[in-house]
Amino acid sequence: MSILVNEETRVITQGITGRAGLFHSQKCREYGTPLVGGVTPGKGGTKIDGFPVFDSVADAVEKTGANASMIFVPPPFCGDAIMEAADAGIKLIVAITEGIPVLDMAKVMPQLKEHDCRLIGPNCPGIITPGIAKIGIMPGYIHQEGNVGLISKSGTLTYEAAWQLGNIGLGQSTAIGIGGDPIIGSTFIDLLEMFENDPGTESILMIGEIGGNAEEQAADFIKANVTKPVAAFIAGVTAPPGRRMGHAGAIIARGAGTAAEKIAALQAAGVEVAESPADMGAAVQRAIANRS
Amino acid sequence: MKIHEYQAKQLFAAAGVAVPEGVVAKTADEAADAFNQLGGEIAVVKSQIHAGGRGKGRFKEHPDQAGVVLVRSADEARENAERMLGSTLVTLQTGEEGKTVNTLYVEAGLDIARELYLGVIIDRESNSPVLIMSSEGGMEIEEVAKDTPEKIFREPVDVGLGLQKFQARKLAYKLGLDVEAVRSAEKFLPTLCNFFLENDCSVTEVNPLVVTTDGQLVALDAKVTFDDNSLFRHQFEELRDLSEEEETEVRAAQAGLSYVKLDGNIGCLVNGAGLAMSTMDLIKLHGGEPANFLDVGGGANVDQVTEAFRIILADDNVQAVLVNIFGGIMKCDTIVDALLTAYEKVGFTVPLVVRLEGTNVELAREKLSTSGKDDIITATDLTDAAQKVVATLTS
Repeated sequence: MSILVNEETRVITQGITGRAGLFHSQKCREYGTPLVGGVTPGKGGTKIDGFPVFDSVADAVEKTGANASMIFVPPPFCGDAIMEAADAGIKLIVAITEGIPVLDMAKVMPQLKEHDCRLIGPNCPGIITPGIAKIGIMPGYIHQEGNVGLISKSGTLTYEAAWQLGNIGLGQSTAIGIGGDPIIGSTFIDLLEMFENDPGTESILMIGEIGGNAEEQAADFIKANVTKPVAAFIAGVTAPPGRRMGHAGAIIARGAGTAAEKIAALQAAGVEVAESPADMGAAVQRAIANRS
Repeated sequence: MKIHEYQAKQLFAAAGVAVPEGVVAKTADEAADAFNQLGGEIAVVKSQIHAGGRGKGRFKEHPDQAGVVLVRSADEARENAERMLGSTLVTLQTGEEGKTVNTLYVEAGLDIARELYLGVIIDRESNSPVLIMSSEGGMEIEEVAKDTPEKIFREPVDVGLGLQKFQARKLAYKLGLDVEAVRSAEKFLPTLCNFFLENDCSVTEVNPLVVTTDGQLVALDAKVTFDDNSLFRHQFEELRDLSEEEETEVRAAQAGLSYVKLDGNIGCLVNGAGLAMSTMDLIKLHGGEPANFLDVGGGANVDQVTEAFRIILADDNVQAVLVNIFGGIMKCDTIVDALLTAYEKVGFTVPLVVRLEGTNVELAREKLSTSGKDDIITATDLTDAAQKVVATLTS
């Protein structure tokens, strides 16, 4: 079992004729993802490396039965691409694109709600259900099959965590990068709830970072609703206030959003917090051991 | 991207947001002329730097000189300006090093009845901009939120519709404004929210927002930050004051690198923002101090890695460098090629510790070990890397 991605998933790539879009579409196909085509307005009716290209998402859905979309469209047009996918009836959208204007995302969010559509990202590595399929840019081989649910704001830190977990024999049911932007489609809470309800997931690792208060809210949610063991790591203990640390959302804004606050909230909710990034895999082991 | 108060006010004025009359002065004589030009009995001379707390701030060179002063004559304006221009203003937000004042803004005085707080920010919970107001003008909003949260009022700003008049009235009544000021708020608040939306701001703060004795809302201060992700659709480049930004950070941005200078002595070169942040944390945990945050991104090439090394080494505090790469789609051996070329080009004078993991790591390690560059220290995992780089400083 897994969440979001399973045997029924049929994926199209919006922006498939771009360099990154094509490269990662090929990688997803190699991994076993049913990648059934792509969309680039103006290039409908053509093929690229065997992938049929459509002018619109609606057209692609009609012809291929796609139910998920992976988006590589450049930032100025990405908000529009997300809304097009939602309008065409796609129920799972994974936006890899980094650098979308935040007000574009503010316009996108109500549209997603209206169409009952789930967005992962933007500015994220995507989703992988090891052994089944991946919709994203993560290297597949790092992720082993297993029963840890992994949720992360950061790309390479997710790879690091999956690698550490693999070294101690813990695979993942599903691993998801939710992205480091101020406005994101799915939050820790959305995915914690799914993992809690997924019979294939036995424990959860969440990787957060400075900025906002999503981790504190997740802590409250865990305390009230999550019965499975949860471990966490928060990046940015040494980050100076007022400076954006790479991700658009990773900023301690006037005293709020510090790592210390997040760690304290998670610990108070009974979460096993890794003391260093080298300790993420072991923290999951401790979280599991604490429960048994 | 941050801009100065005077720039924000010029944009406000053009957008129909009420501001006091003001004149920019770059010399003491211009400050005196500005006073005469404004023609009032009083004026306010304000230091223009990208940091708050200017009124309470003091100059390093003139410890009694405040960053914002009230003056009553052209001579007084000139004398103050002489002390302020070219001097270093230290405020709660600048840090000890302070910031050099190159520009002053001379503003007409107002008859003030009340001071309020106003801020528009992106609310991550509602995924929407929100207008925040408080009766406590001039106070730090965080302090008010902590001590007297009942004095803070919020209204969501619809990204398509803007702020409605009824929302403006709602806030005005909660703040206890009188009839005349409510009418002013009905115009001022929606106009200001439109400014936020049209310019893709991430912050627009007016603290204080004043109510004049004749019931008009006027922006006495203005702090505007634009969303970096949306700069492509605006023409803000000429508003940029590069003297306010760290030179190396500007250089890094031009090379497509994300770099933030810190105060420590261990330079870091990492791929990915999250990993870069946690590499800093790891160094600290093992007793070292990171000199920077640096994310080379997912597709770093030789030029970028070379420039990254140059930027790190341009910091005189750096006594050792840690490279931490988790190769995903970017293969480790590609990174090693870039690393070795850059290492040669740059000419390293401090110890370099390299930790590689991920795609093609075996090949990468072999390349590194057969490169003949025996002074490069390799590490097996994160902890090992941090310990080794910290050890180079103590040995």
